[in-house]
Amino acid sequence: MSDPHRLRRRAQAIHGWLLLTPALAMLTTFAFYPTVATFWASLFSRGTRRRPTEFVGLENYQRLFDDPTFWLVAKNNLLYAGVTIPVSILLALAMALWANAKIPARSFVRTAYFTPTVLPMIAAANLWLFFYTPGFGVLDQIGALFGAASVNWLGQPETALWAVCVVTIWKEAGFFMIFYLAALQTIPPDLREAAQIEGASRLAYTRRIVLPLLMPTTLFILVNAMINSVKLIDHLFILTKGGPSDASKLILYYIWENAFAFFDAPAAAAMTVLMLAVLGALAAFQFFVIDRRTHYR
Amino acid sequence: MTQQPPFVTLEGVTRQWDGRGGVRDVSLAVPEGAFVSILGPSGCGKSTLLRLISGLEMPDAGRVRIGGRDVTGLPPADRGLSMVFQSYALFPHLSVRENILFGMRVRRVPRATRAHKLAEAVAMLGLEGLEGRKPAALSGGQRQRVALARAVVSGHPLCLMDEPLSNLDAKLRHSVRRDIKALQRRLGLTLVYVTHDQTEAMSLSTHVVLMRDGQVEQIATPRALYAAPVSTFAAEFIGDPPMAIVEGAALGRPGALVGLRPEHLALAPAGAAHLTGTLREVEYMGAETHLIVAHPAGRGLIVSVPGHAAWQPGQQIGLSLPEEHRVLFDAQTGRARERPAPGSRGHPAPVAPSP
Ligand SMILES: Nc1ncnc2c1ncn2[C@@H]1O[C@H](COP(=O)(O)OP(=O)(O)O)[C@@H](O)[C@H]1O
Ligand SMILES: [Mg+2]
Repeated sequence: MSDPHRLRRRAQAIHGWLLLTPALAMLTTFAFYPTVATFWASLFSRGTRRRPTEFVGLENYQRLFDDPTFWLVAKNNLLYAGVTIPVSILLALAMALWANAKIPARSFVRTAYFTPTVLPMIAAANLWLFFYTPGFGVLDQIGALFGAASVNWLGQPETALWAVCVVTIWKEAGFFMIFYLAALQTIPPDLREAAQIEGASRLAYTRRIVLPLLMPTTLFILVNAMINSVKLIDHLFILTKGGPSDASKLILYYIWENAFAFFDAPAAAAMTVLMLAVLGALAAFQFFVIDRRTHYR
Repeated sequence: MTQQPPFVTLEGVTRQWDGRGGVRDVSLAVPEGAFVSILGPSGCGKSTLLRLISGLEMPDAGRVRIGGRDVTGLPPADRGLSMVFQSYALFPHLSVRENILFGMRVRRVPRATRAHKLAEAVAMLGLEGLEGRKPAALSGGQRQRVALARAVVSGHPLCLMDEPLSNLDAKLRHSVRRDIKALQRRLGLTLVYVTHDQTEAMSLSTHVVLMRDGQVEQIATPRALYAAPVSTFAAEFIGDPPMAIVEGAALGRPGALVGLRPEHLALAPAGAAHLTGTLREVEYMGAETHLIVAHPAGRGLIVSVPGHAAWQPGQQIGLSLPEEHRVLFDAQTGRARERPAPGSRGHPAPVAPSP
């Protein structure tokens, strides 16, 4: 004898799985399988015509840890993330607070801030190439007005990475601002007035009410910024190609070089696995620690 | 009634947007400890008036005084008042406790005082046990009480409320209404209370400010407002059912409009009737029955008869409008012409616009 409740529940479970199937299939094909395949590939030696690939265990990782360029690139990427993430978020927040206030030409200000986001990264990089070019670049031209010497921002190891950071911040801040702006507009104006009546200054209102209510947005932006600090390397191809002497090289660029310029796929695979591990750890931290302390409406 | 010195004074206050909306040339004096309702239909400028008192809105012209001090240019925080918003405006990320303490925190009130006042407010509004909850986890009535607690904990002598009951269901509205009144009495608050519900205004307030299109129509005690409306607008806005209005010509007073409160409207035998109309509708209310009468010269003719009445719509019905209860209005301007007969007259309004 079949219990109708059991049957119904089973039918529901089947429905659920059927609904999940398309997403699961896509993710498996384009995310899970490549991850596993990459990890697998990182355990084999690089095959040449004379020596076929063979299983070498963690040797590729060992090779990576012995490679000074890898450490330099990792350090570069840390600095790049450490600078671009907080600066672009703070800038986005400041711009959003300003563009949300009652100012003249508000929609112009918003559009102006958002414009860099619309440009493809390659176009933005070309634009900045024009700013940075020694001699006739905009920065040098302005510098010359004040009698400053010409600086080759992209051409010297001390400044190249910083110049790349500036482009990223310029590109991202406007994008993040849009999220903050949208979140700010969901805060009812009553709250500001209630705070005003209670005697809160603008600063106190911003600190005690606005920032906490923006926390979910900040978190979302933080995750995006973190991903971008690893993922967004298009401008390197235009601006510096990782140079001079690897001073502005980032991990993903180095992975690309290993895979497609040096044809060292196992090294690239090992680096990719390490990168995924770090990103996974960050995601877990975000999910288990920061998320718990955030107020969601 | 003794005349107290006014606590809140508005002198010729105007605030408009592109010459439209808002309030125009409003003058008003609120005595200390009074419960003043600002009453009027939606969009007549009640909230604007309240916001002008609070300082959330600045007047284009006129002066605002609170406690004898000219506060016209002062920000809200320096006016010594608290406010309850229609939406309650609770901070969604803060617990009940932090919501109530918010003002004291930003004003850096010492911790011991804070704890003491919090306990007091929580007990007064029956919020015990809810201190740790976020507003989202509260019912409408509880949120409303948190908003009240936040207002009273500040200890300011003046409290402003903008339609504080409009988000509650009818039953809760009645009980919270009484709570607000009790709170006001107990703390000796001067309360300015905005509402579009005339029953609320009449039952709660010591004085009612009736507004129309951004201007004050009448300022009076509920009793005076009921008995001696200054215009047909006031007459028809107040009362449930409101005052009946009949063209004077039908009653031998050409050029006038005759107003009569429904309780004075009575059925009359055919010979003694002042008016004879057609019964349009019979509404059985339990204790009484409302007979809605149509007459080409009158509007709002509603007779209430006790118990159940065996009338049928379409019947001819004779009405008597006793002379001594008639209020006369000018047919052109709609303003009251004569005071009603002595006896039914209310007290003269103790809150008069200052010159
Ligand atoms: N900030 C504003 N900008 C333009 N018009 C407004 C503003 N605030 C109120 N008004 C107008 O003023 C009138 C009165 O509004 P309000 O005081 O909110 O009315 P009430 O509270 O009596 O319903 C309305 O016609 C409204 O459109
Ligand atoms: Mg209003």
